[in-house]
Amino acid sequence: MSVVGHIGTAVGPHETPPPPPRKGRRLLPYLLLLPGGLWLTIFFAVPAVQLAATSLYDPSGSLQQGYAMTWEFGNYADALSAYWPHFLRSLLYAGIATLLCLLLGYPLAYAIAQKANRFKNLMLVCVIAPFFTSFLVRTLAWKTILSDNGWLVGVLRDIGILGSDGRLLATSAAVVLGLTYNFLPFMVLPLYASLDRLDGRLLEAANDLYASPARAFAKVTLPLSMPGVVAGTLLTFIPAAGDYINAELLGTPNQYMIGNVIDSAFLVRLDYPQAAALSFLLMAIILAMVFVYVKRSGTDEVL
Amino acid sequence: MSKGDLRLVNLTKRFGVFTAVDDISLTIPQGGFFALLGASGCGKTTTLRMVAGLEEPTSGKVLLGGKDISRLRPYKRPVNTVFQSYALFPHLDVFENVAFGLRRRGIGDIRSQVERMLALVQLEGFGKRRPAQLSGGQQQRVALARALINHPQVLLLDEPLGALDLKLRRQMQIELKRIQTEVGLTFVHVTHDQEEAMTMADTVAVMNAGRIEQLGAPAEIYEFPSTPFVANFLGQSNLLAGEVAGRSGDEVLISAYGSRFSVPAGRCRVVDGNVYLGVRPEKLHLAPNTDSVPSGHQWVTGVISDSSYVGVSTQYLVRTPWGTEVSAFSSNAGVHAQVPRGAHVVAYWRPDHAFLLSRQAGAGDATQPLLETVP
Repeated sequence: MSVVGHIGTAVGPHETPPPPPRKGRRLLPYLLLLPGGLWLTIFFAVPAVQLAATSLYDPSGSLQQGYAMTWEFGNYADALSAYWPHFLRSLLYAGIATLLCLLLGYPLAYAIAQKANRFKNLMLVCVIAPFFTSFLVRTLAWKTILSDNGWLVGVLRDIGILGSDGRLLATSAAVVLGLTYNFLPFMVLPLYASLDRLDGRLLEAANDLYASPARAFAKVTLPLSMPGVVAGTLLTFIPAAGDYINAELLGTPNQYMIGNVIDSAFLVRLDYPQAAALSFLLMAIILAMVFVYVKRSGTDEVL
Repeated sequence: MSKGDLRLVNLTKRFGVFTAVDDISLTIPQGGFFALLGASGCGKTTTLRMVAGLEEPTSGKVLLGGKDISRLRPYKRPVNTVFQSYALFPHLDVFENVAFGLRRRGIGDIRSQVERMLALVQLEGFGKRRPAQLSGGQQQRVALARALINHPQVLLLDEPLGALDLKLRRQMQIELKRIQTEVGLTFVHVTHDQEEAMTMADTVAVMNAGRIEQLGAPAEIYEFPSTPFVANFLGQSNLLAGEVAGRSGDEVLISAYGSRFSVPAGRCRVVDGNVYLGVRPEKLHLAPNTDSVPSGHQWVTGVISDSSYVGVSTQYLVRTPWGTEVSAFSSNAGVHAQVPRGAHVVAYWRPDHAFLLSRQAGAGDATQPLLETVP
């Protein structure tokens, strides 16, 4: 203590450094990270490593005999060559569904954010309402709606959009429509969040500077809502690409997506190494696409 | 009337039962610097927005160069606005913000025009910055450049200096005036700052409750206000309640609180009935007793009740025998000694510095005996 006192007098009372923050305060951010970090470690990181290991097991093993770790990278090549059409179909269906969600969701989100006024909250509740019932139940309901004896098919046949023996259920259209329906709220909510923040005065300024309402939309509203568009498309595309419920319930094996293949590899064929390799491939493909997409849309400049 | 004049004809705007702008008619000559002055909520911004096309008039017309533009959409009007909030596009850099209007109209040679405009507002080299990277004063200049580059027939300024601190505001006032002289456009400037309106504009319209109370050159309005509102909104005035007692030649005689005063007829807005006798505080001089009041002046006696030293002048409150206070500003030119509180004084003025306004029966003195605080 005498040393501290000595230094104190040497530099003068005004230059004593502020006391270091208490230890608890410095640790606080880490403490806040702890629950989430633990959760991710136990339920994501460890299983992911486990899954990565599984994908490299000797495929000739079985659940009963056990698997040998043989660093079998060939599993990936085999999985891709056997199931590349399913990968393509998944990306195609998810892509079309995302596009449809954007086309349906943008006007909806715009209307809620800019035009709904006192009905805003009610409309938001309506967007979220489907979540009150299970994903499975809702998709099963679509099965009824699209069924061959349903009113929708009847009307479409009567007005000639479908042939007299045309059908909706068990077609690619049914799967894409199901995906679109199920993921629409994931598109609408981020779009709403970014359109709600849009300052109406910027549109007035654009109008004042010779931009017609259409030009003002293209030059001001749309670029400023890009963060919402990017977030919405990611939140729609990623889960849609891995979905298997819609193809299972509304399609046939001809519409099966990569999710269905992984599902059957794990639970029916019990081919764990291949199922794990397929899962990792899907993850890698989506990550690569998201990376390119986010880079190219350049949203960091908008924020 | 020259061909670029802006005319408002019986312009009215109602929001439900509230009348924001009440039957305004005025002409703003081409190339003039016109200020709409008033307290917040007086309808000045609504008037401006109707000229810009951002608000549709309930009735009346906006004419620009004789052409009725009342129903023209904002993007088709040869009018640009500098918004109070600036409303710069956050996703575009300074260059693109300034180029916005040119691009929308498909005008070529954008680069040189934008660079010339940035030079005019002294922002060379800032083209690549984002609005968020600029200070308030710089943002204000971008907003100005963005509007000016389009060479509008009329430039509308909606309290563009309101968000700036005092020093920057004074600087920008001089700057704006310089630019207006340089480009020769019609400027319509909305402000609640009377000093700003007076220093910048050739013509000031004082608005109150949706109507124009008085319109004229700043000095004209200040020296001879037409209503008690104007007399106290544009600077301060001492307004003594009285009645017209008669006339003597060119003088109107007023009796107030048992004393007789007179005002030249040319300085009277009314010549009979209940009136306010108005004198500006800086035109009131103090003397120790009635003997030292120069001849030809009029006076009231009183006691100094408060004083405030503001550097260039000292502001006194003088309590009159009938209980109200008048204020007198005395320049600190070193001629007069400071008068202590409690001293008996005589406040005197020249009759041709006074003015006579109409007063509603029963209304008392309408002086605002507030000592200005040191800025």
